[in-house]
Amino acid sequence: MGESRALLEGLRCYGLISAMWIRSTMTYRASFVMTTFGNFAATVLDFVAILLMFSQVDSLGGFSLPEVAFLYGTSSTAFGLADLLMGSMDRLGRRVRDGTLDTLLVRPAPVLAQVAADRFALRRLGRISQGSFVLVWALTHLDGLQWTPLKLLLMPVMLLSGAGIFSAIFVLGGAFQFLASDASEVQNSFTYGGNTLLQYPPTVFAKDLVRGVTFVVPLAFVNWLPALRILGRDDPLGLPGWVDLAGPLVAVACCAVAGLAWRTGLRSYRSTGS
Amino acid sequence: MSLYAAVAVSGFRRHSTYRVATAAGIFTNTVFGLIMAYTYIALWDQRPHLGGYDQSMAITYVWIGQALFITVAVLGGGFQDELIERIRSGDVAIDLYRPADLQAWWLASDLGRAAFHLIGRGIVPMLFGALFFDLTMPGTPLTWVFFILSVAIGVVVSFALRYLVVLSAFWLMDGGGVTTISGLATMFFSGMLLPLNVFPGTLGEVARLLPWSALLQVPADIFLGVHTGSGLLKALAFQAGWAVVLLGTGRALQAVATRKVVVQGG
Repeated sequence: MGESRALLEGLRCYGLISAMWIRSTMTYRASFVMTTFGNFAATVLDFVAILLMFSQVDSLGGFSLPEVAFLYGTSSTAFGLADLLMGSMDRLGRRVRDGTLDTLLVRPAPVLAQVAADRFALRRLGRISQGSFVLVWALTHLDGLQWTPLKLLLMPVMLLSGAGIFSAIFVLGGAFQFLASDASEVQNSFTYGGNTLLQYPPTVFAKDLVRGVTFVVPLAFVNWLPALRILGRDDPLGLPGWVDLAGPLVAVACCAVAGLAWRTGLRSYRSTGS
Repeated sequence: MSLYAAVAVSGFRRHSTYRVATAAGIFTNTVFGLIMAYTYIALWDQRPHLGGYDQSMAITYVWIGQALFITVAVLGGGFQDELIERIRSGDVAIDLYRPADLQAWWLASDLGRAAFHLIGRGIVPMLFGALFFDLTMPGTPLTWVFFILSVAIGVVVSFALRYLVVLSAFWLMDGGGVTTISGLATMFFSGMLLPLNVFPGTLGEVARLLPWSALLQVPADIFLGVHTGSGLLKALAFQAGWAVVLLGTGRALQAVATRKVVVQGG
């Protein structure tokens, strides 16, 4: 009972703080439009790189362009959602260094909600819209896709649980910065790096790497496993079929681990001491 | 001259202070190198001599790219934010009073930064790549010398481009938009996403002539032994030409800025 009240309170605070930042962003509307466009354009470029690759070849790792675009679109949309909601977590290290984290600790609102909503950047809609454009393009160009009710249901579930997994990684990265306040770049390897990884078919990568992102850092559940099911392809590790549907469970487990890590990190925080 | 040498040394030492950040950066560059190496292997499996590279050269290109990513400041950074902030706040007026040249001062500091990043963040990802992949290494020590020279000129070109971005703050006050656009152009046209010799047709020809190709494509091609003999000298001259043109443009623009623009502040 107490837990769920705390969760609701956290969400309420998150909503209030992000609404405040959106109001402040909208004061400079032209700047908002430009930065959103910049965010959109930045993500377009890595898709252009894939298009350039396909101007030289017909398939990559046995996957056609629409199939790779499907992977790209699902991963980018899921990551874009997580980036919009939790992308501010990498600022935590700076707050630890300059001592402004202490201000958040004395406010009557959950620290996680305050840090996550800090400088809430609506311009990150740029990445989500670019990802969804590619996803829609892929869906209209995939020939012979056999839709079943299960696959239709799997689409939104995949995007939401993918966003959940990426959000958990953002929070874990934030918790790590309690230990090493200068190390915000490490989380880029798993967030931006993970997103880049998932844009390509798993057949491209070494088996051990695929195992690593399935069993250790479960990025494969963001899109690889469910997307391969939708595309009607076997997963390269030959896992049982129900694993493709385990995304939501994995997302919940990741969030639980991230929550524990966050608490541990916050408890160990000792400020500058002066 | 000794003043600028001292500035360069302090730039080196300043960046060497952040050890944890350096370790974190090495880790990230290695992860990205790993991901890109596998995608390039898949690409070169399909087209074995794409862009004139064999597979080993293509993988080597990835690791050179990761080693140089921060050194040539692909996503901007280094002195950029600091100087933009000084222009915005008006502090740059004090800098212009100093008995040192503004452009040369920041160039020296950026060269010091780049030297640290080449050593601190370049060597480990490269070693990791060499350990797990079959890389194409330079055959002679002389190639290494030309490679380092080419990287140095690449850093100067990168600096000159970023300096132009910074100067735009004299008119725009907020450098954010221009910084973003310049970062995107650098990411794409330096060949960081895909080697420029893989770009098809006219796009490739144009991309190879633009200044950004001096940041990664030219040094990488020297490392891989694509340029030899007179071709090597031509490649270095190409880089140096852009460095001179862009530094000159920067000086001209700076003169206009300091003459015409009223510095902020009361």
